Amino acid sequence: MLILGIDSGSTTTKGVLFDGKNVLDSVIVSTGSSPKEAMKEVYRILKKDNDVYTVTTGYGRNLLEGLSDKSVTEITCHGKGASYLCPGISAVIDIGGQDSKVIKLDRDSNIVDFAMNDKCAAGTGRFIEVMMRTLKQEISNIDSFIEGKNPLKISSMCTVFAESEIVSLLAKDEKAESIAMGIVDSICERTAIFARKLNFDGSIFFSGGLSKSKVITSVLSEKLMQEVLTHENSQLTGAIGAAVIGSKKIRG
Amino acid sequence: MVGNVCTNMHPKLPLAMGAAVVSLCATSDETIGEAEKDLPRNLCPLIKSSYGFGKTDKCPYFYFSDIVVGETTCDGKKKMYEYMGEYKDVHVMQLPNTQIGQDSFNLWKNEIIKLKDILEEKFDTKITEEHIKSAINLKNRERTALKNFYALGKLDPPAITGGDILKVLYGSTFKFDREQSIKEVEALTQKITEEYNEGKVLERKPRILITGCPIGGVTEKVVKAIEDNGANVVFFENCMGAKAIEDLVSEEKEDVYEALAEKYLSIGCSCMTPNDNRIKMLDRAIDEYKVDGVVDVILQACHTYAIETLNIKRFVNGSKDIPYMSIETDYSTSDIGQLNTRMAAFVEMI
Repeated sequence: MLILGIDSGSTTTKGVLFDGKNVLDSVIVSTGSSPKEAMKEVYRILKKDNDVYTVTTGYGRNLLEGLSDKSVTEITCHGKGASYLCPGISAVIDIGGQDSKVIKLDRDSNIVDFAMNDKCAAGTGRFIEVMMRTLKQEISNIDSFIEGKNPLKISSMCTVFAESEIVSLLAKDEKAESIAMGIVDSICERTAIFARKLNFDGSIFFSGGLSKSKVITSVLSEKLMQEVLTHENSQLTGAIGAAVIGSKKIRG
Repeated sequence: MVGNVCTNMHPKLPLAMGAAVVSLCATSDETIGEAEKDLPRNLCPLIKSSYGFGKTDKCPYFYFSDIVVGETTCDGKKKMYEYMGEYKDVHVMQLPNTQIGQDSFNLWKNEIIKLKDILEEKFDTKITEEHIKSAINLKNRERTALKNFYALGKLDPPAITGGDILKVLYGSTFKFDREQSIKEVEALTQKITEEYNEGKVLERKPRILITGCPIGGVTEKVVKAIEDNGANVVFFENCMGAKAIEDLVSEEKEDVYEALAEKYLSIGCSCMTPNDNRIKMLDRAIDEYKVDGVVDVILQACHTYAIETLNIKRFVNGSKDIPYMSIETDYSTSDIGQLNTRMAAFVEMI
């Protein structure tokens, strides 16, 4: 039997097909307005004719009734998934679309502590998304847009206030690139302060959609003064973690 | 009828003169909008809600209270009383900031005597030491009954859910016929014990202790989030729980005012600095209730409890070597999704 891990995030729904050792297949679909439909779609695409044991995670984890065999929170899944992708890490920083979290792991990759941001968009991927939209830029082009630019100081943490701060900066004829770099600087600074509360040494794994950006990863590493690792599949961390937990469950 | 807004208050004095005492610590967001006309938005919901209930007369207990007795506990409350005094008869007792030293003790003892004088004048009655002694005895019996009830939480596997323990503790603050209330609680404890001995037990799950700000009413959502996600709450250290109930007032002490001052100055309240008594109670409860994890509930903008989280975390993770999590919440239901995720992950961690 194969294991299907599905991570229902607020922006995208991710799925992986896992044989206990390797990821055989994966898919990312837009969550849209129905996390349930998005999960069903991921399930359909990956399951095909295979006999699968399904583990769901993410905020929609309890929606796949009848098809899901187990649901686990995204905190635990991110910890497990990150240790699978990068063995030996001591913590995970995940900046998601709806929240951001820091997870501290012990030597055996068990979760020993975690912290999540509070209930607003400040410090989340959504913050950067909204700001990039204000600057009329695609978030996928962020690296080429900001690389090597000097950051401008963005002091507002609230997404709505930061947006009006950006509008004022644009009105002062400041460069959009420097403003964007300022936004990245501010979110990384905030994440680093938040992460330091958990007191860990060693290397940190960075997951979530923003980890695709090399610039964001390096700014984060600078702010933390610690090594920050990513993986080409880091956006799949939660789904992989779900699959790893499923594999342990059925194979022991 | 006398309303109080804190566990430091002395229900015994009003009880001694035959008055009814009711807790006015509000736990609903119904009147917060009204309160925010006068108070800042970024203030603890308990203070806003209590003030709002007083102002709107939506709470019959508040409405029928002849006097509200408060203390200078946190800054938010003591400043709020100034405004509450505009529409209600309010007496504020000057609580010292520290439990250490004779000066604090004397201040608090004198404040208790002052409260007695004020109540005597207000209700045109006489409160004798004999009255106080019998009120102490009554309150001690009530405490013992409640203590024996929540001690059911020691049972492993559990006999009742944390949600049910909280309902009884919270409900007891609205009972007026204390003798009747004691009998009810005793009967309930006995019934549950008998059923337990006959084999009616709950499933064994990770055992959680809740500490921090007062909970009850809408903040039961935290208990629900823990128990819906695979754990049992076995002990409440909060104001509504053991904090005010665990220790009795001495009935041996010659001076009744000293006996009262001693008891109330030993409550592990975060308004006290330092607050070693909270750690002492946690230390004992974690062992006696075989606790697997501690959840510290902080109401939004409650500075004293929020700052104390670090101290509690160090103690729970360090000396007791079990997981700890603090969560900040308010009286709305908007964070139920986040609460569920946090609590489920916390339980998965144990």
